[in-house]
Formats: sequence, structure tokens, C-alpha cells
Amino acid sequence: MPSWPNVRADFPTLHQQVHGKPLVYLDNAATAQKPQVVIDTLSRFYERDNANVHRGLHALSMRATDAYEGARARVAKFINAADPAEIVFTRGTTESINLVAASWGAANLKPGDVILLTEMEHHSNLVPWQLIAQRTGATLRFVPIAGANAEGGLDLSHLDELLSPEVKVFAFAHVSNTLGTINPAAELCARARARGIVTVIDGAQSIGHLPVDVRALGCDFFAFSGHKMAGPTGIGALYGRQKLLDAMPPYQGGGGMIAQVEYLSSRWKPSPERFEAGTPNFADATALAAACDYLDALGRPEIARHDTALAQLACEKLSVLPGIRLLGPHAGHDRSGVVSFAFEGVHAHDVVTFADEDGIALRGGHHCNQPLMKKLGLTSTTRASFYVYNTEEEIDTLVTSMRRILKFFGTA
Amino acid sequence: MSADLSDLYQQVILDHNKRPRNRGKLPTANRVAHGDNPSCGDQCSVYLRLDGDRIAEISFDGSGCAISQASASLMTTQLKGKTAAEAEKLFGEFHDIVTTGEAPDEISDLAAFAGVHAFPARIKCATLGWHAALNALKNDPSTTTTESHTD
Repeated sequence: MPSWPNVRADFPTLHQQVHGKPLVYLDNAATAQKPQVVIDTLSRFYERDNANVHRGLHALSMRATDAYEGARARVAKFINAADPAEIVFTRGTTESINLVAASWGAANLKPGDVILLTEMEHHSNLVPWQLIAQRTGATLRFVPIAGANAEGGLDLSHLDELLSPEVKVFAFAHVSNTLGTINPAAELCARARARGIVTVIDGAQSIGHLPVDVRALGCDFFAFSGHKMAGPTGIGALYGRQKLLDAMPPYQGGGGMIAQVEYLSSRWKPSPERFEAGTPNFADATALAAACDYLDALGRPEIARHDTALAQLACEKLSVLPGIRLLGPHAGHDRSGVVSFAFEGVHAHDVVTFADEDGIALRGGHHCNQPLMKKLGLTSTTRASFYVYNTEEEIDTLVTSMRRILKFFGTA
Repeated sequence: MSADLSDLYQQVILDHNKRPRNRGKLPTANRVAHGDNPSCGDQCSVYLRLDGDRIAEISFDGSGCAISQASASLMTTQLKGKTAAEAEKLFGEFHDIVTTGEAPDEISDLAAFAGVHAFPARIKCATLGWHAALNALKNDPSTTTTESHTD
């Protein structure tokens, strides 16, 4: 049973040295480490229960099917979906959003329609909409960010005008992977829903870090990945309201999603199977369910508090460094465990290289937010992102490293 | 600091990063080329004034990490006055230095980049400006990128 004082012991990857220093892993927004129980679940599935799902009538196949459908039900419970049928397993957030854009989008968008996004979207909640807009003749519109460092989050002062009658879908990030902003998702969904606008939430950064209740949020679609919530790579899910999913055409065709096939045409299964063509990633689904159990044992409200406290402490300690530009919510405001910053005279890549020498894993670059970077007048930032196993001492190590870098480049 | 890291960020490199030489647009340029590594944010534009096949004047502009900017700056000091053929030869030497870590006997400032070879992910930072310069010499208008380069 996981418990907060012993969390670090649960994650084998953390117990290593990098360049002779203890690993300080602060790149959780890119991917999270896995607790032993998740790794063991995957191994044990392959060791004992491995067989293809759904069509077999032998013992292993039935065990594998139970495990896979059990994982679907577990994920549904994790986000309080009304029914496991509303959970489509995918490769992750990006595939989930592509699925909505390509399938729901193709069937529902026409010239003159508007797809509303925001200026802080990750490329995975931007490019799929660009593609479907090109195909259908719809256009894109963006809710702007507020503040020179986006410290005001989304500028909602003109949201009513932005949610005009031409808008058919509103897709936005629950939590920004660069800024750490937590958007008022329930409010945004309510205001869109009141106008009959379909809502799509990019939950990649929120799923493992905050309690997520899709019915309380009131969204139509919610997309997320397993690997950022201490689950395996290569699996994620799309939550969709049953009514919407059942009306959507297939995304990919093949075995598993068909009810009947003739040479010239086929009939589709209902969702979720309709959107799961080919052999599903059933092994990783079982490990994802184990990750759900692990995180719920720690308690997601507690995880949120832990991440926010670390992020706020990091902001506080980093803010005194000369020439630093911190992005996202100010101290004292709600934020997730993501902290991005830029130094005046030192490029992010040089920062990350030096930090690596100190055993610290950071990320430098545009974080799949090229338009946001450009809007903020930056080409790249350094990002530190926290999760359940990070500590206050690690923040001190980070700050010491940053001081060393500034001194070396002669800007301190 | 580790020996490797201090080799990478040598004084020459820090100096060129802090005080870049020949930085800015060249109004008299008759060749311009751009380099862009979008995934890391390094950009480099190279401006040449060719006199026959000799580089009479050269400048660069751009933004990016210390390695990419210092490399571009150092490059301009090395290429000024050289012919196109001599420039290509110098690039070959530079490329060998950053990929093998060995500098030829005639020590030039280019040897400062020998440390890059210990950081393979940064080789593309060091060579971006050079690729832009070569494109400029060939009058190739396409924007070059070293992102996919594994050497």
C-alpha cells in the first residue's frame, strides 16, 4: 500500500546516479516514472495471462479479456465516466484528439464553422484541428492568453463573443504543459454547452495530477495518456459521451471494430469497439489500471497539493535569480507542478546541459508550444515539472545548479 | 565542473557567445542563407558579400544556444577572405573536429569545439551556422536544418 513517506522507495528508476550525482528527475511533464507495482503488473500479465482478447474461447484469452475490460472499467471509474463504454483506449492524448478531430470533426464540420482553441495549446491539441479545418473548410479561432508572461491564464473577458454561433467545438487544455496554468475547465464547458458547443479537454497534464471527474467537468470528450500518470507508454484513452461516440464514423478500420464484413462493405460495432481497430494494447491497459490504483491510494487531492506546493516553492526560490523570467501564474495563485522560465543571457539548451551535469533532468525548448513561445517573445524556455516523488531538497539542488550556470555564463 | 563540460564550454566559446564577432545583417550582401533547428530553437542567418569566388565580407544573425551562436561567430572570423573552395575545406575540418574530438596540427580557434563530440546531441548546434554558410556560397535559397543530422 503506497504511503506518502515511502513514495520514493516505490519508484526504482529514481535510485541511480547521473554523472556521479543522485538523479533529480524534474521532467515529469514529459513523462513520469513508474512505481514497481505498475512494472510488475505488466510483467506478470506477459508471464501469466497473455493471450489475444475478445475472440478467444480458451482460458488465457478469457483471463486477458477480463483484464482488458477490467482496465476499461477501472479507467472509467478513475474519471467518473457514466459507463465503461465511454472509454476508448488509444495510444495516448495525441491519438485521442486526432480521433475526435478526424471522426467527429469530419461528420460535423463544414465551411463557415469555427473550431475554438486557445493560445496556450500543445501542438497535439492544435495540429489535428488544423488538419480537419483544412479538410472541412472550418476555421480556427483562439482564446487569447493574458499577461506578458501569461500570468493571467486565459483572457476570458470576451469569451461570450468568442463562443459565437459559428463555433461548433471548443478544445482546450485542462493544465498547460508549459505555463502550469490550471484552466477553469468546468466553467468553460458550461459556457460552451449552454450554446450547444461540443467540448474537448486535453487532459494530458491534469490526469495524474488533479482529481478528474468528467461528469462534474461536463465535457463531451476528455483525452489523456497513461505515461504521464505513472502508467506505461503507448496507451491512453478518449472519454466521450455515449451519444456522441455512437454517432461518429470509424477512425481506423480493421478487425475488432466491425460487426460484419462483406467484400464490398462492412457494418460497425457500437463504441467503444468501433474505435479500437486491430489488436488493442491490452497488456499496457492492465498496467494503466494499476497506475490508477496507485494514484488513488495516494489520493489525487493530496497529489495536487503536493505538486502545487513544490511548484510554488520553486517559483519563490527561482524568482530571486538575476535575469530570470518566470512564466505562468504568480506566486499565491493556483498552478500545477510545472514551472517554466528563461534566463536573459543563457539559452535553455545550455541550462539543461549544465543541469544534467548536476544530475538534474530538466527540459529545454519550445515544449510543443511553438506559437505560444512566439507570442511570449521567446524561442525556448527551461522547464522543471514535479510529481509525487519530488522533494523540497530537490528544489534546492535545482536552484544551486541555476546559480552555478548564471555564474559560469557571467550573468550573475 | 566535469572535464567534458569544461571542454565543451571553453573560454573561446564563452567569449564568442558573450561578444559575438561580425554579428548583424550585411547591407552589401549578395548571398543570404538561413538555418533553423525548430525543435531546439536555434536559428542562424548568414550574409555574404562574394567578390568573384572570395568571401569579401561575412556576417551572421540569429538566436540560440551558446554553442550555436559561438560557432557561427567563430565561423565568420575564419571564413572572411577565403574562397568558396577554402571555406568548404574549413567546414570539413570543423566537422571532423566536432565529430571526432581531434583537432589538426595547425591549431586554429576551431579546435575549441573539439569538446562538442562528447555531447552528440549538440553537434547539430555547432554545425548549423556552417551549413547555412555553405548554402549561401552555393546560392541555395532553401532554409537548412541540422536537426536530423546524426553526425
